[in-house]
Amino acid sequence: MTDLDQLKTDALTRIENAPDAAALEALRIEFLGKQGSISGLMKTLGGMSPEERQVQGPLLNGLRTETADAIAVRKEVLENAELEARLAGESIDLTLPAPEAPRGSVHPVSQVMDELAEIFADLGFSVATGPEVEDDWHNFTALNMAETHPARAMHDTFYFPQKHVDHTFDNAPNTRMLLRTHTSPVQIRSLVERGAPIRIIAPGRVYRSDSDATHTPMFHQVEGLVIDKGIHLGHLKWTLETFLKAFFERDDIVLRLRPSYFPFTEPSVEVDVGWEDVNGRKVLGGDGDAPGHGWMELLGSGMVNRRVIESAGLDPDEWQGFAWGLGVDRLAMLKYGMDDLRAFFDGDQRWLDHYGFSAFDQPTLSAGVGAKA
Amino acid sequence: MKFSLEWLKDYLETDASVADIASALNRIGHEVEGMEDPADKLAGFRVAHVLTAGPHPDADKLQVLSVDTGEGDPLQVVCGAPNARAGMKGVLGLPGAVVPANGMELRKSAIRGVESNGMMCSVRELELGDEHDGIIELPEDAPTGTSFAEYSNASPVFDVAITPNRPDCMGVMGIARDLAAAGLGTFKAPEVPAIEGEGACPTEIRIDDPEGCPAFYGRVIRGVTNGASPDWMQRRLKAAGQRPISALVDCTNYLMLSTGRPAHVYDLAKLSGAVTARRAKNGETVEALNEKTYTLDDTMTVIADDAGVHDIAGIMGGEHSGAGEDTSDVLLEIAYFDPTRIGVTGRKLGLASDARTRFERGVDPAFLDDGLALLTDLIVQTCSGTPTQVVRAGEAPNQPKVVAFDPGLTARLGGVDVPQDEQRAILEALDFQVAGDWQVTCPLRRHDIEGPADLVEEVVRIYGLDKVESVALPRVEGVARPTATPLQQVERKLRRAAAARGLNEAVTWSFLPTADAEYFADGAQLWVLDNPISEDMKAMRPSLIPGLLSAAKRNADRGAAGARLFEIGRRYFVGKDGASDEKPTLGVVLAGEKTARGWSTGKAVPFDAYDAKAEAMALLEAAGAPIDNLMVMGEAGDQFHPGQSATLRLGPKNVLARFGALHPRTLKEFDADGPVMAVEIFLDALPAKKGGGSFARAAYAPPALQTISRDFAFLVPGELAAADLVRAVKGADKQAIVSARVFDVFAGQGVPEGKKSVAVEVLLKPGEKSFTDAEIKAISDKIVAAAAKQGAELRG
Repeated sequence: MTDLDQLKTDALTRIENAPDAAALEALRIEFLGKQGSISGLMKTLGGMSPEERQVQGPLLNGLRTETADAIAVRKEVLENAELEARLAGESIDLTLPAPEAPRGSVHPVSQVMDELAEIFADLGFSVATGPEVEDDWHNFTALNMAETHPARAMHDTFYFPQKHVDHTFDNAPNTRMLLRTHTSPVQIRSLVERGAPIRIIAPGRVYRSDSDATHTPMFHQVEGLVIDKGIHLGHLKWTLETFLKAFFERDDIVLRLRPSYFPFTEPSVEVDVGWEDVNGRKVLGGDGDAPGHGWMELLGSGMVNRRVIESAGLDPDEWQGFAWGLGVDRLAMLKYGMDDLRAFFDGDQRWLDHYGFSAFDQPTLSAGVGAKA
Repeated sequence: MKFSLEWLKDYLETDASVADIASALNRIGHEVEGMEDPADKLAGFRVAHVLTAGPHPDADKLQVLSVDTGEGDPLQVVCGAPNARAGMKGVLGLPGAVVPANGMELRKSAIRGVESNGMMCSVRELELGDEHDGIIELPEDAPTGTSFAEYSNASPVFDVAITPNRPDCMGVMGIARDLAAAGLGTFKAPEVPAIEGEGACPTEIRIDDPEGCPAFYGRVIRGVTNGASPDWMQRRLKAAGQRPISALVDCTNYLMLSTGRPAHVYDLAKLSGAVTARRAKNGETVEALNEKTYTLDDTMTVIADDAGVHDIAGIMGGEHSGAGEDTSDVLLEIAYFDPTRIGVTGRKLGLASDARTRFERGVDPAFLDDGLALLTDLIVQTCSGTPTQVVRAGEAPNQPKVVAFDPGLTARLGGVDVPQDEQRAILEALDFQVAGDWQVTCPLRRHDIEGPADLVEEVVRIYGLDKVESVALPRVEGVARPTATPLQQVERKLRRAAAARGLNEAVTWSFLPTADAEYFADGAQLWVLDNPISEDMKAMRPSLIPGLLSAAKRNADRGAAGARLFEIGRRYFVGKDGASDEKPTLGVVLAGEKTARGWSTGKAVPFDAYDAKAEAMALLEAAGAPIDNLMVMGEAGDQFHPGQSATLRLGPKNVLARFGALHPRTLKEFDADGPVMAVEIFLDALPAKKGGGSFARAAYAPPALQTISRDFAFLVPGELAAADLVRAVKGADKQAIVSARVFDVFAGQGVPEGKKSVAVEVLLKPGEKSFTDAEIKAISDKIVAAAAKQGAELRG
């Protein structure tokens, strides 16, 4: 073994065994520093003959490179070890709770109203609104319920002391202000404002002086109105069927039309929908007449009475159509399974957390208008 | 309206089953709300013959009977009724039968050690009446062994909802006519007896108010006996839910329920002079049959004699002249009253009655003579007596309505093609007369028929609404447009944004207790209900905060640590011209803990006014408001903490929102624990979206050069609003300064008394080239100078 070999073996061994970064740096200086032993040997190259240099040059360069590489390798090993050791001391308990953002919610009534708007948008219906504090003329008289009409007894009406004249109409008398008992006055207002043809739904708050387990003095309805040419009861049936199928996302929704009476429609039709018993709950769908199935009254509707069309200033020989009124809260209950209407209006955070919808459950046709549990 | 099958069969010849009849009623618009078959309840009870009756060995009041049930050996039955005796016929409940009155199932048992195989029943036990002094005694000829349901003619009862347009179906006869038209059998018109009567009617009948009472027919019957009405009549009345009273009263009720024709019977002895239909005098009073006294006015029609009022016409008779036990001579009244008059009077008096229900909807004007003859016959049959001739005053409307009908309308409106022959047959079955040219003459009783659409309804409901096929609504032509208005779109965005920010949407009542509403009214005129359902729901809300605050309080009372509620709804005010002014609004209430105590955050953190500001700003931004241009100003309202609340305005007058901590006084008023934060955003104040509906945004390319940041620390007067300093700084060089943001506020050690230190980070945007040091210095100097105008000096 030459001296050079001895030096190399010695250097590599010591580098590999350097215990820490400081020791390694000391070795680097010892071998490769300006005064280092390998650096010293390199300097001797200058005094050599060309032949000698040709032999010693590569040997010394090799020694220097191998030593430098060894130092770099050792340095990385030592640094990694040091990092591992530090990180080992930085462990935290990730089973502890992270900061929580509160979960908000959308009320079922709003969710269902958005669903209605989405379904009916596809059928070409816009969303219309009207005042909730109404005058008697729009709420009753214009809808073919004159002051002495017995059908008024079916509406438990909240009244205000004030009277009001709507100057839009020559024939609108000074009538008493009240809380609208249905969304039907929006029919009149929309027809007057937009004329025909028209397709609207009008969701909103309505009021009846009634309070028990299934009635609250305030609740929500959605009115529907189509006025056009050549519209008949068959279109009404199709529209309601199409809507209910889309709303409940079932193809087997069956409707039963029964004759009924509303002053603002003629003919008037009560619409029942078939349900089936699923684990003691009435679920819409199936065949209303089969065993274990039944019918429930869902809404009132009919062909708009020509007097109503006249009230809105249109020619009833030219225009005809249909209208319906439907409980929004009831729809929400049937679809999403709430059983107490009064809880809708309490603002109980627990109820809202349970029955409310995520902000991101925006009803769309492409994703399905309903939000599944 | 309730009626039994046996009663219906008086007017309808039919073999149809009860289920078929019920289903037909539903199909033609008379909704069956309930069905009851008394035979179901009487199963297991039968006519029994008591053969022997002997004393019970161990009980004085009990007897041991041997009863023949019509089959097998006689049964031994223990009975406690005093009238139980050998030879009588009664009703025996066999083991297994359920006693209708108490739901008890009968069993074979031992009573005081003696075997008993059933129970002899009282009237009350079978729910046939109130008597319970003894067991039922049947006539001797009652066939032993017959089921009691069969023996007693128990008949299924229909409970049918008659819509207000069909007063002609507020009698069994009218329902039978509709059912016959629907193919359920043959209509049997009642046989009206021809009763001439003996002698002229002694009572003069006059009409002084022909408008309110166009026709008044009557007659006297002398020598009646007003006892109990016969069993068959009582049975039917009870089935109809009508309590039997006396034969005379029962006869009028029976006529009304049978034919829809109300009538009245006066005790002739209580009348003096002519009986007149006239207007009431203002302040005139009458004690009605319900034993309440009513004060009348001159818009009301009454029947009166020389002494006073005896009948609130068409609504309720008077107590004084009503038929009693000792009545012997009666005056019958069959009149036609103006429906509107009856409705108005009834509403004014708050008086509901079966007669009013029918008269105000319109009775059959062609049924006065027939009704009177039927009533006379009923009374003579049940109470005997001798009728006089009929006396008639006035005339009921007798001009039938004629509608020019186009049978093609049935398809055009009703959506179902019914052959013309069939349409004609249906209308004729309903008693319409159809001429060859389709001029349709309506029966006088059908007040509801106004025009051709009503005839379409008649045809379609009888033909069958189930035959109407669905027909797709044609698609609206053209490109789909938004179907929601801009306001509706804003409301939807706000709702989803608020929920995404962790707020729970509530729906609270539109009405409040008046005090709560007034507390938030700020002087505006409120809508206050005349007839609230309770004092807590009386005034329409002028703000969304009180409802949400009450909901937050309820949550706190239930133990919730915090509540973050929002609502989107209207505030209601009386508008300038007395119309309703309804303002779309978003309200937020933040109450209790914002953050619960936590392992990393320490103690629970309550909400503060900046949380309210954060919601206000974020939601305004979601609503599309230009939030960078908003001014924070005062005057949030007296309901808010004066030092911790503000309004957000676009320009000095247009208030978009108010927010902050609620005043402790407000919390006290609502009995809520504080602090509570609130926000109200006035959606009607939001500016309309600019841009005219173009989808393209203004052109923009990110600048090539980076913005640079410079910090300035100012000493400012303690009362200077940070926003004023920032606005001054931003305004110092509108070209270069992109934004200015406060990042530190400090007062105390090292800061002079009455001053505070406010540090602002300013972002500068270079133009084409980077800033030179000199340019930056020039901008800095402008910033410092602008700040100085607000009283700020740069800290060294």
